[in-house]
Formats: sequence, structure tokens, C-alpha cells
Amino acid sequence: MKYVDEYRDPRLIRQVADEIRRLANPDRHYRIMEVCGGHTHAIYRFGLADVLPANLELIHGPGCPVCVLPMGRTDDGLSVAQDHGAIFAAFGDVMRVPGTHGSPLEHKARGTEIRMVYSPLDALKLARANPDRHVMFFAIGFETTAPSTALTLLQARAEGIANFSVLSNHVTIIPAIRAILESPDMRLDGFVGPGHVSTVIGCRPYEFIARNYGKPVVVSGFEPLDILQSILMILRQLATGRSEVENQYARVVPWEGNLAALKVLAEVFELRPYFEWRGLGFISQSALKIKDSYATWDTERRFALPGIRVTDPKAAQCGEVLKGVLKPHQCKLFGRECTPERPVGALMVSSEGACAAFHNYVHRKSAADAAVA
Amino acid sequence: MCLAIPGKLVDLPAERPQFAIVEVSGVRRQVNIDLLSEEPLESGDWVLIHVGFAMSKISEEGAAEQNRLLAMLGEDAAAMEEIEGYDFGQRPERWAS
Repeated sequence: MKYVDEYRDPRLIRQVADEIRRLANPDRHYRIMEVCGGHTHAIYRFGLADVLPANLELIHGPGCPVCVLPMGRTDDGLSVAQDHGAIFAAFGDVMRVPGTHGSPLEHKARGTEIRMVYSPLDALKLARANPDRHVMFFAIGFETTAPSTALTLLQARAEGIANFSVLSNHVTIIPAIRAILESPDMRLDGFVGPGHVSTVIGCRPYEFIARNYGKPVVVSGFEPLDILQSILMILRQLATGRSEVENQYARVVPWEGNLAALKVLAEVFELRPYFEWRGLGFISQSALKIKDSYATWDTERRFALPGIRVTDPKAAQCGEVLKGVLKPHQCKLFGRECTPERPVGALMVSSEGACAAFHNYVHRKSAADAAVA
Repeated sequence: MCLAIPGKLVDLPAERPQFAIVEVSGVRRQVNIDLLSEEPLESGDWVLIHVGFAMSKISEEGAAEQNRLLAMLGEDAAAMEEIEGYDFGQRPERWAS
């Protein structure tokens, strides 16, 4: 509750929390999934579970790009640098993602040419500056970052930069939600919809969840009050037997999304028939592949990649945590072999990963409390 | 990467219409504004930035709220590092912070 008290207007937060407790039927157990890793981070950071009733459980969804990236893709990307002498460029989040023989950062320490960039445009600049080298941008992310990769490819084509390519690991959120809804061990009552992904795709793509599966979806902002209000809106729908898509974050998310972004996505990318998600397995039409018209800049077509499917370390239970079957601390490796400093699984890498968030805000706090007591 | 950084548009150079100069906590950097091509933009407007691209136009209040959120999540230093790290090149003198 400490962090909530620090937040502006704690009175309003308490009002919303009281209303949630009033509306929650004590005879029922609620399971609400927050799809986005940014929400997961905020929920742990603000200790929101402490203000929610005990029979309302938040399940952490698949919306953390590095967490759902299968290890084989990292290996494929690293092989382009190792076997073909390319420069591997990627966002900071990718640097610590474990590959079979270490993370990109560990490969860098062993002499592989790995560069951290803050934008795909930085990677394109690297290609301009190193005309005798190939520069590969290892692209990850949902619809939030995919339009920027697409625009970067447009720019590469406009300038005719031939020593640049993109290894697209871009994924789309809707098929993952569908797969979760179809999963037999997954019983959910509603969804807190992603904020920034929705600025691109809008609210319409979630309508099938309400219509065909009868589950409420509320697109939410990231502040504690936003998340609690969204949970309240879900409970109100459940209490009155409605299932609709509502937009709590209308101050940022337009109902129709960002049309310019959707247009550039359609220009550069098409759906892959299927793609592997860590923990969720193969999901059909869930990832973005570079179109034929941009084949020159597609790493997968320019280089022979090993494409080997690598299973996670046996003891790690990332898949169960990703699906919400296990809580982070229930994994055998949690806090022992697997820590944010030395992650075994990808959920421990990013601050948006459920395991890292749990470790940073719950595990460390209880360890500190125990030390004081 | 997934949490947006708010920035204020301070210059929209006519010679490179797909880029604008934003200011974030006193640091000025170039960002791409192609994804806002359907919105009227002018100096003084606030935008949310993801990986070097302005993704949505927001109010000044919304920008302040996002800054507070980044600080509360402990992501403010990383956000500044990201902004300072943008290095698309071709940056005229008057744009430099």
C-alpha cells in the first residue's frame, strides 16, 4: 500500500478500491488477466494486489516481448553475427536474453560484434556508417514497436541501403489472447487491455473477446488509479451480465487506433502462418514476416539461419508462469538459480516480465522485512 | 521499450518533414513523426515517443502524467538514456542540446 499512498489523490484510489470490494461477489473467485507487461510492472510496483479483495486474482499475460521470444530465435540472430560477420543491433531489453550459448551481452564480451541501439533508425545509421559490413537489426515487440521497424525498412529502401536487414520477431497480441481463451487450463473472467499497443490497433480488434467469448475487455492506462478503475469497470460488466470492450484510456487511445501506423504495417509486413511463443507454443498467424517486396532487407531470406527449436532449461517453469498456472515464486528456480542479475528464463530479464517484477517488488521486500524482523 | 516517453515538439524543420525536434527534460533530439502524418502538428505540441518515433499526440497534462508514471516505475533514468541515445545522424548544430 506504500506506493499507492505516494500517488496523487490516494482518497480517490481508496474509493475505487472500496467500490471494487463492494462489487466483488464473495462467493465467486475472479481471475482477470492484464495482457501487457507494462501493467504487470505497475501492478507489482504499486502493490495493487494489496488493495484488491482476496478472491480477485490478477493473471499476468503474454504482453512482454522478450518474455515470449523463443530461445532459438536469439540463437538465429546471434548466428548471423557469428557465422556471417554481421553486426548484431538490438534494443537493450534483448541484450540479456539467454541464448543457448549465452546472451547477446555475453557474446559481446567474447568478441562478437553486438551493438545496443535505442531505435531501429540508429541501426540503419550503423549500416550507413559501415558500408563494408552487414548490419542486422534484431527486431522485437508487439504493435507498439512494429510500425517503427516498418518505417525504417521504408527508409532503407528509399536510400537503397543494401547492407542492412531486419530479423523480424514482431508478434501480434490478438492471436495470443485467442490462444489463451482457447486453452483448456485457462479460466478467465475478463481482460485489462494493453495501453500502448492499443494506440496503434485501437479497440475494435478486441471485440471478438466480448462477443464470442463473453468476456469484458477494458483498455487501460498505467497509473494505479487507471488500473483499479479498469478492474472496477470489468467487475461492473460482470455484475450486470454485460461483456463489452470499453476504453478507460481514451485520453491516449483512439477507438480506431493509429491509421498511419496500420497502413505502414500493411505495406511492409504480412502474417506468418505460425510462430512459436515461449510458454504458449505455436500460434497460427501470430507474428509478422517481411513481405516479398522488402525481401532484400529480410535477414531470414538473406542468410541461412539454423532455425533450431530450443527447449527451455528443464527445471525452469517459464511456460507455466507465462500461462498463469504458476505464480513466479512457485517456480523451482525462482530467486535461486534464476534472478534478475543472472536470468535463466526470459521472464526474469525485462522489468515487464512477471518474474522480474515479482522479484524486484515482492521478493526483495519480504527478504528486507525478514532481515529487519 | 513498451512504456512511452513524453516529449514536446520544439521544431518542425520544413527541409526534413518526417522528423521533428523534441525536448525531453531539457534534452533535444530528433524523432520521426511519420506515424502522426494524419494529425496537424505544431511546435509546443506534446507527443508520446516509442523507440525514436512519435506515436500519439497527447495533452500537456497527459505528458506530465506520463513523466510521473515513469518516475514512479523507476523507469525515468532509462527513458532519459533512451532519448539521449537516439542517434539517427544528420543533426544540424541548432538542434543539438
